[in-house]
Order: sequence, then structure tokens, then C-alpha cells
Amino acid sequence: MDVSVNWLRALAPGMQGSATELADRLSLQAIPVDRVVSVGDGLEGIVVARVVEAARHPDADRLTLCKVDAGRDELIDVVCGAPNVEQGALYPYVPPGESLPGGFVIESRKIRGEMSHGMLCSEKELGLGRDSGGILRLDGEFTVGQGFAEAMALPDARLELDLTPNRIDLACHLGVARELAPDDGPGAVPPPFDGPGWDASWADGVSEAEAGGVRIVIEDADRCNRYLGAIVRGITVGPSPEWLQARLRGAGARPINNVVDATNYVLLELNQPLHAFDLARLGGSEVRVRAAEAGEKLRTLDGVDHELTPVATVIADAETAIALAGVMGGEDSEVTLDTTDLLIECAAFDPRHTRHTARATGLATDASYRFERGIDETGQESAIRRCVELILAIAGGVADSNGLRVGSPPPANRVVALRISRIGRVLGLDLSVEEVTRLIAPIGFDTRPKAVDSDVLLVTVPGWRGDVTTEADLLEEVARRFGYDAFPRQPRSFRPSAVPDCADRGRADEVRSLLVSRGLYEARSVPFVPAGRSAESRIPLLKPLSAAEGFLRTDLIPVLLGRVEHNWSRGHRDIRLFEVGTVFGRRAGDQAELPADATPEQRDAANPFSEERRFAFVLTGARLPVHWGSESPDTDMWDLVGLVEELAEELGFGTVEPGLEPDESSERTFGFDSWLDEAVVHVGGNGGLTGVAGRVRATMIDAPRWSAPVFAGEFRLDPIQTEDQREYQSLPQYPAVSRDLAFTLATSVSVADVERTIRAAAPPLLTSVRLFDVYEGDKVEEGRRSLAWRLVFRAPDRTLTDPEVDGAVAGVVHRLEDDLDVRIRAS
Amino acid sequence: MATDGRSLRERLEEIRQRGISAIRSATDRDEVEQARVEYLGRSGLISQAMSELRDLPVEEKPETGQTGNRVKGELETTLELRLSEIEAAAAASAPTTSVDLTLPGRRSWRDGIHPVTRVIDEICEIFREIGFTVATGPEIESDWHNFTALNIPLDHPAADMHDTFYLADDRLLRTHTSPVQARVMLAHEPPIRVLAPGLCFRRDPWDASHAPAFEQIEGLAVDEGIDFIEFRSAIDFFVQRFFGAGTRTRFRPSYFPFTEPSAEVDVTCFLCDGSGCSTCKGTGWIEIMGSGMVNPAVFDAVGYDSEKYTGYAFGMGPGRIAMLRYRIPDIRLLYEGDVSFLEQFG
Ligand SMILES: [Zn+2]
Repeated sequence: MDVSVNWLRALAPGMQGSATELADRLSLQAIPVDRVVSVGDGLEGIVVARVVEAARHPDADRLTLCKVDAGRDELIDVVCGAPNVEQGALYPYVPPGESLPGGFVIESRKIRGEMSHGMLCSEKELGLGRDSGGILRLDGEFTVGQGFAEAMALPDARLELDLTPNRIDLACHLGVARELAPDDGPGAVPPPFDGPGWDASWADGVSEAEAGGVRIVIEDADRCNRYLGAIVRGITVGPSPEWLQARLRGAGARPINNVVDATNYVLLELNQPLHAFDLARLGGSEVRVRAAEAGEKLRTLDGVDHELTPVATVIADAETAIALAGVMGGEDSEVTLDTTDLLIECAAFDPRHTRHTARATGLATDASYRFERGIDETGQESAIRRCVELILAIAGGVADSNGLRVGSPPPANRVVALRISRIGRVLGLDLSVEEVTRLIAPIGFDTRPKAVDSDVLLVTVPGWRGDVTTEADLLEEVARRFGYDAFPRQPRSFRPSAVPDCADRGRADEVRSLLVSRGLYEARSVPFVPAGRSAESRIPLLKPLSAAEGFLRTDLIPVLLGRVEHNWSRGHRDIRLFEVGTVFGRRAGDQAELPADATPEQRDAANPFSEERRFAFVLTGARLPVHWGSESPDTDMWDLVGLVEELAEELGFGTVEPGLEPDESSERTFGFDSWLDEAVVHVGGNGGLTGVAGRVRATMIDAPRWSAPVFAGEFRLDPIQTEDQREYQSLPQYPAVSRDLAFTLATSVSVADVERTIRAAAPPLLTSVRLFDVYEGDKVEEGRRSLAWRLVFRAPDRTLTDPEVDGAVAGVVHRLEDDLDVRIRAS
Repeated sequence: MATDGRSLRERLEEIRQRGISAIRSATDRDEVEQARVEYLGRSGLISQAMSELRDLPVEEKPETGQTGNRVKGELETTLELRLSEIEAAAAASAPTTSVDLTLPGRRSWRDGIHPVTRVIDEICEIFREIGFTVATGPEIESDWHNFTALNIPLDHPAADMHDTFYLADDRLLRTHTSPVQARVMLAHEPPIRVLAPGLCFRRDPWDASHAPAFEQIEGLAVDEGIDFIEFRSAIDFFVQRFFGAGTRTRFRPSYFPFTEPSAEVDVTCFLCDGSGCSTCKGTGWIEIMGSGMVNPAVFDAVGYDSEKYTGYAFGMGPGRIAMLRYRIPDIRLLYEGDVSFLEQFG
């Protein structure tokens, strides 16, 4: 919303301060001002001039030789390049020696052999607008030679307001002027026009009324609370006087003709959307507010054809729809230069129905914006009177002494109780009744104590403040008028939160610090993915921004692989990333229908979707940063397994199960069937599968030739143990004895099985088992491999003797021979 | 072999002179060692000479023994001195050896927490000091939790401020972290002081300053006796801690259906110290959070007694704050996972 400071000053005489100061006051007390723009600075030397003669330049088609009357003794020769220069019309003219805004000085000079003394200017050259398509034609009553700035009511300043949905009252100049008017003055009051007044006698009706040969009918009271009509006959449509054009331009609106300009003026001044119909074009001289008929057609003012449904509300004449109620007029009943008689509409259309009409037709207009948020229903009569009086003043004609008024009477002003004690409790301010009144009365709130010495102040809310309905709303009025920055700063004592820290946060922290310590970067991503492979559990967005982001991810890995590809495209080969994030799925089973008054718990129980917190990582490229002194082989499966082992141990979320065959449910849970090679590591815990890791299938990624294999893992966050379960073990008092054991066995026997067997066969004296060599090749029989283990024994209470250890090792060897068919090579 | 004390003493003197010159002329540790073995070793010249001591007449022994010990001591001292001279010289000439210590050392991978996480963590740490804990909530919400409970009617322009991704009629991707407010209050009784960081979603197409998903951090304090002054003071405390002690705040009226009064909080621009720059559009102020006193309608929705309890709530964008703090010009950089970007925050 743009407001003109000149207009504000006209509404609230005595308003002090520069445009910037006014903007600051608005920002700190009412509404943000995005920008303050000065309009029409530096126009001092520019005058209004008439092009008396216009002739083609002999040597240039696009140039015009003009004889210009700038109010001097002689006509001036000016060469003009604009396509729209017209003999007899008025334009802004810069004489030689004067400058454009910004300081560019215009000099007499030769243009294609013809002398040009000065320049006719466009809106853009004058800093008044963006239009550079031609010179600014001045329509209205001007005197040749008159100062241009004075004629245009300049300079002005434009405040660009960032309206919040609650303060719809600030979408007009009067509303803004109320906030800025001096507290001790008369407030903001629209000044009268220079013309006849209009005091209507009203023809009333609940659903219809007739006067002056016009009938107004509200067929559906839900859609329109009230419809006021006024009839003006014998007007002359033409350009508006310059003062009115200046007002509209100052507020960013484009002047059209005096009738349309009058309705726009009242909209921008009082916030009441009005519409003027050409009375002669109303079939049956009647208007009806009704639901659109299915398939009913209407061409709106912007030339767009609409086919309507009953969702939309229309204004119709006796035959057909002529306007979209509260949104836009129709082309067929539009005011034209030939119009002489008007029906002026000032209605209170229902916010929700207006919203539906606007949505159904894809339109959003100044009128619909206001109706959707609620207009001041107590201000309609003054608004239509103001519009009629303005039209009488600038377009002539005679107003019918009867106005039409259909619908329910305007609602009474709301009265809201405000407790002075509540101000103390919520705001912390100790204010008296008088102080509260002094703060809010200047912006239209009437106050009276409920009783003598009562804590309760009864506050009458003005009709334009539909947003103020509760005591809390009044507290905001008091607080902002007091000034948020005037509140004292006093740190208060506090009670700590009764809400414990959520566990997921601690888990995520553990994962982050662990993976960062292993040299990975944390990535963050938006959890949207393309359709890609079909997964029935995948959730589509109903209205996605693009097909590439049409679904919610079911796994983190594919998103991280996308990041890997991005890095490859930038030439990075070594990529180590992780992400902590959410994945989404559907819950099994049907969810019950929800009653309208369902409890929050019922709503959660009826959620057809599920989500899970996970973390995932990807590793590709060199194991260590390149160093001149050592080889740096690429990350391989054993780096991955090692990392997974460390994660499982340090985060306490289960045990690593290498080579486990993925089952149906884990495939669905982690979706790795499509992205992992057969080399898969599972991590299992008490609650089942907690994660998987492996090498990424080459077909899943668009890998450049120079890239290294990619390894990835994905894990659920919730099995992570955040409790510190460490317990001190007393330090060993007696020496350990270690024995190495090398044997061959079938390659089909896994190392995990061997370790399990060793541990099962050894006495508790065995404190550690470590594989230190694996050999497969010429020196070992085909189908077998050699494993070398170091076994460490220690007793807590004595030094072990050799025979004791030998016995333990012999037991282990026996069991290995019996169970796993191993052949000892050495010991 | 019989000898007399005199000739033995003379021999010792001769050994002394030769020994000293041998030691002094040694140029490295090996030559010093050679000299040590020759003169001071177990079967060195001094030991040999001293072994003859026992053959001397008794009266000759003391004087000759003393001479031997003196010579030995003198040679030992000379040797130590020479050795330290050689070591000092070796140390001084070390750089001229083959090791070039300007060669890069062996390093491990660089790593790093995402800048947005850094900002979230820092905010949480500061609010912890004034009694806040951390809560989370689901990213898929019911329309009741996301809108209705927060006093945002569904069929109302206020809901337009949130361009929503719907998944079903009544299910959506949360448009803010504020539904966590409702969830926390439904599950707990005051006193409540929680922060809720998390991802939110709006139908904003990607550009330099918009992403369809972005982080937000919500704060909520509810207890008896919380007033606007406490709210202002808590936010001031945070701002001074986070942006620096000299930072000032400015509260402006704003509109959020779930707070009343509502306030937008500005801080003095930390890039230009309030003098005006392109980041703060010349105003000297940067908007950092929406906030306000909890609207009693929200307490009603979650079954709290709005006469007994009051509170404040606020919301910030850690992504935006990270962009301001680190001068990141484009929000897309936060979500691309580019290694060249991430390594700057390692
Ligand atoms: Zn700045």
C-alpha cells in the first residue's frame, strides 16, 4: 500500500515531521514502512507548456519539430523524439539552462541540423514514474508557463507500507492519518469538496428497495450484508481536475476518468470500495446480488472472460451478471465517455464469499483485498455520500435525493472490557484509567469505566478496527501507543523449564560430533525428491513447485548422492558428507474419519503419514588427504566397515552384522535394494534393524570416469544411546600372556564365526581376540584361507602360568578343529 | 715392569698434553669418541699408566695417584667441552641438511558442522542460560496444530501469509515451528521454557533469498507472572549475547495471530554498526525475529488457564541469520552440500 504524504497532511492538519520522521513513527507504533520515496524533487525549473505546432523533422522520421508556448513572448523551437507529441496538448517543458531531477542541465543544441531550445519530458525523466514510452501529457486545467511542480501538487513523498492482515484500516489515507494526527488536535477529518452536498433520504429494505426508478435486490443475505446505492444523472465524463489526479498519482493509482477516479479516491481515502455502473446499461434498471449460475458468463473490466460457478457471487441486472461482487466490474456496464447517468454501489460483501469469488476467478483486486479482510460497515453511508459529492463537484449532474439501502442495519460498535489490572499483569505497566484513555482515545477508542473505581474499562471499538475483538487486542493498542521501546528493561527471575530436553536433539549432537571427528562435513538439504523409482510409500506433494521436487524423501542416501553428483560436477573427487534429517512414509492400515471437533490426540492418531529421524553419510575418494610422503589409496569397503563399527560402538545402537541377507522389511525400510551393491553391512539392535551401509551401485549415480567408488550408510536416530553407560573397570594387576594362532580353514567360514567360536571355547581368562593377518593364495590350499589371531589372556588375581595358558589355547584349537575344520599352521 | 714415580708422572704429563690436543682437534662426535677410548677408555692410556701404580714404592704412590686423577679429570673436562662445542655447531648448521621443513605435513581430512547448525547451537546455548530446554515436533502436521491451535482460522487471509504444501485435506508440511508450542503445552504444565529448532516449508520457489524448506527456531516461555517487560529483557539478553554487547534492539508492532501484542524485533546492523549499509538497506537496523506475548486464544486451545498463565513466544530464521553473519549471498548455497562451501565453516 502506497500513501502520499501530501494527502495525509491534508487529512490531518497540524501533522508534524518530515516524511522520514512520519515513516519512523508509523514503523514504531503501527505498521512497517518499507520505503520512503521522494516524488517530484528538483522540478523547480520545469514549466507547463503547450505544443502549438508540430511538424515532421525534414531529415528524421522519428523526430518532430515543435513550436512551444511556455508563457513567454515568443514561441520556442523544440525538437522532440517522443512518438506521442500532439499539436495543442500540454507537456512539461525544461527551458535551456534548467535541469532535470538529478542535475542534468538542458542546453540549446542542434539536433539533426535543427536547433532545439529545451526539452519536453517523460514521466520517467521527471522521476515521477516508470513510463518512458512518451512524453507526459497533461490533461486538466493548467496555465501555460505555470510551474510544473506547483501544478502537479509536488513535491510529495510516498510511503510504501507493508500491511499486516489485521490492520486493514491502514489501507487508506484516513487510517494512516489517524495514527499520525497530533493527539491534541481534531484528529483526521476528510476536508469538504468545493461543490453541492448530498443528504439522502433513504429507501430501506431488508432484501430489496426501490427509488429513483432503480431497484436493488439482495437474493442471498449470506453473501452481502448491505447494499447502498445512489443515483446521479446528467454528469459529464472527462478527465479529473489536476488536484485529484495528483492525489491518485501520489498513492500510486493511475487517473482514468472523473467517475472512476472519484470511486478510487474514496477507496484510497476511506477504505470503502465503490463501483459506478452506467445506469443506462443496466437491464431493467435493477441490480441483484446473487450466486452466479453454473456456466454463467461474464467479461470483467480487464477484458477477461469468466465462466462462473455458484461459488462466485455476482451483481446482476434483470437479465445477466454484470459484475463480480466485491472483486471487479463487468465490461458491459462500465462507465464510458458517453455515460450520463450513474448508479453508485457501496456494499458490504461477505469476506468469505468474496474470497471464494476472487479465488474462483483468479482475481485479486484492491476491492477484494478489503472485502476479504472486512470493511468498516459503520462507514458506508459517509463513504457513498463523499463519493456522490465528489462526482457532483467534478463531473456535474444531479443526485437523486433518495438513496437506496438494502440489507441489515450496520452493526453496533463493539464494546470490549479492558481490566487495568490485566495491563499490569501482561504488560507490566502501572497505568491509570486516564493514562490508558490518553493513549487510545486519539485513534478512535472511546473509554468509560464500568463503574466508579472499577478495574474494568469499557472500550468502544471504532467500526474500522474489526481486528480488535478481545482484551488482548486492546493490550496491544495500549502497548504500541505507549511505545514498545519505552518499556523498561528489567531482567526478571525465572523458573527453569519443566520440559526435559528432547532425546533426538542429544542424539543428533552425538552423531554430528562423531562424524565430524572422522573428517566429514555436515550437509543440509531440502527433503524433496523427484518421482524417480516408484515406491508406493512415497508421499506426493499435492501442489509441488516442480516435478524435480514432487515427493517427500523416503531415504536420506539418494539426497546425499545428489550432493555427491553436484560436487563431482564441480570437479571434487574426495567427498565426505553426512546429514541428519527426516524421512517420510505412510502408516499401515486405514485411518478413521475425523470428527470436526476431534481432539489433538485423535488428530495425531488419524495421521496417515509417518516420519522418522535418520542420519546418513557418503564417502568417496582418497582415504587421507594427498601427501607427498605417503600413498593415499581410495576409501574402500574396510574404511566403511570400520566407520560403521565405530558408530555402532560409540553411539551404542547395536552390533554390526556383515553380509547379512537383506530381508523384505529392511529393504522397504531403508530402500537400499536399489542403491546398494551386494556388499552390505547391517546394524541390528534390540529393536531390529537400525541401519545399513555398503557400496553404492554404479548405476545409481552419474559418476565421472575419474571418480572413486562411493560408500554410504543410513541409520535410524532413535536407537542411539545418549545415556552414559560407562563403568570403571579396575586396572590389571597381573601381566597378560599372549599367544598367536594361525590356521587354515574353508573360505566359506566367516571371521565372525571364528571369533565367536574362539570366545565360546576359551575360559574367561581370554581378554581379547584380534585378527592380525589374512592370507589367501598359493601357499594355501584352494578353497581355504589362512587366518592369524592374537589371543590375550590375563587373570585378575594372579600371574598366569604357561601350562594354564597352553591348556586354554589347546581347548580353543580343539573346538576350532571340531567345529570349523581348521588346520593349525603354527602356534 | 718396575718403574719409578717420577717417570710415571712424566708419562702422565705427556699423555695429558697429547690427549688435550687430540680432543681439541676432534671435529665431530666420532673423533671425540675415538680420543675418549684412546685416553680415557677402560684400557686407554691413562688406565694403562695407572695400572702401573701398584708397582711403585709405597711413598711414591700418593703423589703419582693424585697426578693420574688430575690428568684424568682434566681430559674429561676438555672432552665434555669439546663435545658441547661440536653439538652446538651441528645444531647451528642443521637447516643446511637435506630436510626441508617447509614441505607440508601430513594432515587428516577437514570437517565441519553446517553453518546453520552452528547458529542453532549457539542460540540454544544462550537461551539455556535463562532456563530454556530444547523440544522438537513432527514436520508433517495436522492443520489443527499448524493453524487452528495457533489462532489462525483456515479460511482467512492470515493463512495466506503461509503458502502451504498440503499432503492431504488436513495434513500439511508445517509452515512454521510454532505448532511445537501447542504440542509442548498439550504435554506439559508450566513453567515452560522451550526452544524448538526445525525445518519448515513454504511454497516459495527457489531464488537467492527463498527456499521451499528452511530452518526456523521457535521459543516459548509460559509461567505465572511473565510480562512484556520480562519478554523484552529476555530478548535483549539474547541479542547482546549473540550479536555482541553493544547491540541495541528495537521492537515494532507486527501481526502474528498467536501473539498479542505482537512485535517484530530489529537489532542494530552488525555489518555497519547502525550507520547504514546495503544489507540493512540504509536503515541501520536488521529484522531478526517475530515475537510477542502469547495470545490467550492459544492458551484456550491447549487447555491452559489464560488468567493464571502468561507468556511470550518468538521465532527466528537461523538460515537467514547465518547468511547475515557469514555474508552468504545466496540461500541455495546452504542446501547444495558443495564441499568448497562447507569447508569454509570447518
Ligand atoms: Zn547495515
